[in-house]
Amino acid sequence: MLLAGVSPLAAASGGTLRWGGDAEGGAPFVEADPANPAIVRGFDVEIAEALARGLGRRPRFVQVAYQSIDQSVARGDFDIGLSGMEDTPARRAALSVTAPYFEFREVLAVRASDSGRIRTLADLGGRRVGTLAGTIAYEILLKARSERGVLPVSYDDDVHPYEDLARGRLDAVLLDHVLAARSLRRVPGLAVLPETVATGRYVGVLARENAALRDSVDALLREMMRDGTLRKIFVKWNVWDEEQARFESDALARWDVRREISSNGNLADGGAEALRANAPLPATAGPDSARAGDVSYPSKKSSSPSSLSLVFSYLPSLFRAALVTIVLSCVAMALAIALGIGIASGRIYGGGLVRAALTGYVELVRGTPVLLQLFVLYYGLSSVVRLPAFVAALFGLGLNYAAYESEIYRGALEAVPRGQLEAARTLGLTEGQVLRLVRGPQAFRLALAPMTNDFVALLKDSSLVSVVTVVELTKQTAIFATNIGSWALPGALCAALYLAMSLPLSRLARYLEERWNAPSA
Amino acid sequence: MERALGLSEPVLSISGLRLRRGATEVVKGLDLSLARGELVALMGPSGCGKTTVLRAVSALEPFQAGAIRVDGVPLHPGPTPRQGALGELRRKVGLVFQLHCLFDHLSALDNVTLAPIHALRVSRAEAEARALALLEGLGVAARARSKPRELSGGEAQRVAIARALAVDPPLLLMDEPTASLDPARRNELGDSLETLTAQGRALLLATHDVDFARDYATRVVVIADGAVAEDGLPGETLVRPKHPATIQLLRSRGRRASSSRSDPPPL
Repeated sequence: MLLAGVSPLAAASGGTLRWGGDAEGGAPFVEADPANPAIVRGFDVEIAEALARGLGRRPRFVQVAYQSIDQSVARGDFDIGLSGMEDTPARRAALSVTAPYFEFREVLAVRASDSGRIRTLADLGGRRVGTLAGTIAYEILLKARSERGVLPVSYDDDVHPYEDLARGRLDAVLLDHVLAARSLRRVPGLAVLPETVATGRYVGVLARENAALRDSVDALLREMMRDGTLRKIFVKWNVWDEEQARFESDALARWDVRREISSNGNLADGGAEALRANAPLPATAGPDSARAGDVSYPSKKSSSPSSLSLVFSYLPSLFRAALVTIVLSCVAMALAIALGIGIASGRIYGGGLVRAALTGYVELVRGTPVLLQLFVLYYGLSSVVRLPAFVAALFGLGLNYAAYESEIYRGALEAVPRGQLEAARTLGLTEGQVLRLVRGPQAFRLALAPMTNDFVALLKDSSLVSVVTVVELTKQTAIFATNIGSWALPGALCAALYLAMSLPLSRLARYLEERWNAPSA
Repeated sequence: MERALGLSEPVLSISGLRLRRGATEVVKGLDLSLARGELVALMGPSGCGKTTVLRAVSALEPFQAGAIRVDGVPLHPGPTPRQGALGELRRKVGLVFQLHCLFDHLSALDNVTLAPIHALRVSRAEAEARALALLEGLGVAARARSKPRELSGGEAQRVAIARALAVDPPLLLMDEPTASLDPARRNELGDSLETLTAQGRALLLATHDVDFARDYATRVVVIADGAVAEDGLPGETLVRPKHPATIQLLRSRGRRASSSRSDPPPL
């Protein structure tokens, strides 16, 4: 099939265009088709299909978590990521980024009842504002924290922030107007403020070495803007408006200017350059948005992403997150130990009913994922009791580990020789005293090694609480890595911090064991 | 005064004791009584129920019929009473286990003071003074701060005796006290026990050791088939045995005596 007419691009990748997106992100970007969940639909889906068509390939969708799209495309899991990906300097530094194909506005959603009182970000000092982790909106909120005392709350998805807003856990949500508009339809009682806090653009992302494909995609995107294909897609998904029309005509005008300048050059490349150049983006305020100018995007300075100063700028937040991890782990472990002792004692000394109930609890907790338990505690129970995120995380981990601790204590209590207990009884100690003075202390020595083991495991499991919006060490590292476009340094720092927390603990346990076994003076 | 009155009353009286373990009846109508100042050796073949009797008297083992009375405190057939209801009995009888069962996590001194401090609510200072006196009397005061695992078998036994005596019970039960002792230590133990009986306590020893019983016991009780087979002075019972069980006991003694001499001395 060595036909001269076949596009070289079509031949390059075996005839398919693998494109990555997150169907959990939902409509209008990418969502599972309600009629047939095996296939996806949305404007990103249709853009991907149009691009594949233009490249002479068959589109193939690859599901990937939104937060992982960058890393995934960089390691070659698919050719291009299209899922409402924001144009950020970090992405541009780490990946090949296409020309922007959509311009969005960062807008604030509040409860309708608050819309009279809260008009702008400036009104939200001391209030909790939610957003999606690793986005421009999150960076804006971090900046607003230092400048205005806004309390940013990060989520792993864009649905729960609005639900939490309606429930009163948050006072506002800052996200793309597309997401805000969608959530307004789903969650009653919310309102979107007219102010544009900042503007940003969606781009496709490709591996850095895939610049050739990126250039072809840019040329296709420009064609789709020119011939109205993009417009049709956006209209269909209800996201076409005047702002978008202005964005497209500006983009095309800029390209036309560039084409005239570039003397007989490669038209496609020159045009794409112009399109991309148009978006050094962050918080480029629309002319109508007076406030947006003073919310500048913190990563702006990081045009060279490897700069050490950027790394240093993240250290304080990394240490803060490590503190969250250690405090959370210690308090959750204390709770687990206290409850574990209670459960173990109840299962050994209690009546039939108590024993059955406690056994049921242990089996239920051990038999279900801690992730599920955290979701149920934080989101599932929120109509009954509205636990703050940190408290939900604490209880989630504490209640979960209590089941494991109780099994350790039960085994240890039962391992204390019967002779020790009988000796204590013949001395006239009550059963409570036997437990407190003889059985418990001896069991504790047996339980120490497995307990240490569990504490180290808990330290690491505490990373799961980011699903209920607590930013601990792993989450902060992921945000850090997303923003600088590399996992190498953040990963090493994160590992070092975890080790710095777990090693002293193992040392303490070993010291205690040695002291118990040491000959008395 | 009280003690003088008590002398006429038996410290321990067991009558018609029946005790079943699962399907087998271990004790089948046993009668036994001890007065103050007596050191009684409870003898018989392995599995005849010697240890079981000690455990029943200590309320560690339920019995089905009969009566046990320890210095006026009765124990009734049926399930063992709750630990909380046994306070009075616990001050009347001490038990020294064959394996001593010292509390591994406590020093020798803390083993001895545990019951006075927590069961009798004696102040720590007073309990420690008394415990040190007890350990002194038994020759192990120097090991007061040692942990059980650092003690030799003989030392651990002395600490266990001190622990049992810490609440000053009139009756002391010991299970195979000479099992882990070399001959020299056995004689030391015998002397210590004679001191205790001289103070007016009653001692009941479950033992296989014919020589020890002959040298130190004031009375020998042989159990066979779950009941008392012979009850008399050691000079009588162990010299002119009447019951086949006693004869059997004496016949096996030569072997055991030689084997006990060859036991390595305790560490």
